[in-house]
Amino acid sequence: MTDGNKIIEMEVLRYRPEQDQEPFYQSYEVPFLDDWSVLQGLQYIKDDLDGTLSFRWSCRMAICGSCGMMINGVPGLGCRSFLRNYYPGKLRVAALEHFPIERDLVVVVDDFMNKLAQIKPYLIPKQVRALDQGEYLQTPRQLEQYRQFSTCINCMLCYAACPQYGMNTDFTGPGILALMHRYNADSRDDGRAQRMELGHADAGVWGCTAVGYCSEVCPKDVDPAHAINQNKMGSAIDYFLRFVKPRGASQ
Amino acid sequence: MSAQTDKRHPYRRPMRGWWKRDRYYIRYLAMEATSILIALYALILLFGLLRLGQGEAAFNGWLEALRSAPSVALHVLLLLVFVYHSYSWFKVMPKTLPAIYWRGAKLPQPVITRIGVCAAVIVNLLVIILLTGLQP
Ligand code: SF4
Ligand code: FES
Repeated sequence: MTDGNKIIEMEVLRYRPEQDQEPFYQSYEVPFLDDWSVLQGLQYIKDDLDGTLSFRWSCRMAICGSCGMMINGVPGLGCRSFLRNYYPGKLRVAALEHFPIERDLVVVVDDFMNKLAQIKPYLIPKQVRALDQGEYLQTPRQLEQYRQFSTCINCMLCYAACPQYGMNTDFTGPGILALMHRYNADSRDDGRAQRMELGHADAGVWGCTAVGYCSEVCPKDVDPAHAINQNKMGSAIDYFLRFVKPRGASQ
Repeated sequence: MSAQTDKRHPYRRPMRGWWKRDRYYIRYLAMEATSILIALYALILLFGLLRLGQGEAAFNGWLEALRSAPSVALHVLLLLVFVYHSYSWFKVMPKTLPAIYWRGAKLPQPVITRIGVCAAVIVNLLVIILLTGLQP
């Protein structure tokens, strides 16, 4: 399977809840080819060295968002990071920061999934069109308003980069707030007032202190920091408008 | 709860020392720390205003204190802090604005930052020119 020329040392954070009090690093010697990803390195470990190692993956092509992990301390996708870039140094792989570790590299994602449902991540149309009325039309300019934010793959790397989320998991967090903005900014949508109940809260856009690391680590250039911070202005305007307009009428 | 979920025992890692984990965080904290020094300088200026209200002698005393060697050193340090603060402020600025379109294309964020920095430089130069022009 490998030419055996190059061997990289991979240190993997292990945590087996039934026997470990706390996580520890376990070292593996992994022979690899130049085109091997970190994920392939882990698969080699699981197949040939230690079948007890647990990690998540599915697509192997940076689209399913399952293989997020800390790679030498930086949040990254295992399938999009290459072993050759770390060789001849050793490589440390750990579960995504700021999430509870379920087992080894597998984290508990319940908080993220619950928040995702809360922001109503679907179009809430202004006027529901009957099928025979045809599709909802949109200009390229209108598409451009949200397209970038719609490319999120829910990989949660931005959460692992966000110290505010790490310190207080009540904070809705970068990825979900970016998705909230994705629907709010869609010309076919009319759900902003409903979603911004959450967005206006302390745990919403105001929980962000513009660290900005989320946008650096995002593998899809979603730029969640941009989605969040441009909403602070709108949130402040809504706040003042509610004195002159009935609630929810600010759009 | 099923027997299977009973075995779950998720481990939460502590956040202690989180800012040491990444250079990015250290830079962020440095940026935040500059705000404290800027607030401090606002206090120094406010104190000058207070002295002005107390009469000419008091105000001249404050001016004299500003010319002392430690004060000059502090001003050099604060100038550097202000420069870094302004730069980091304009670096965040594009994140706070909706996308700006110029001739049909999105204005890249570094361009917005550069425009902000240029504006700050021009305003500062104007103020300096104005103030030196007003000198008797
Ligand atoms: S915003 Fe980017 S980093 Fe965050 S979950 Fe979506 S794709 Fe991943
Ligand atoms: S395996 Fe799907 S994103 Fe890496």
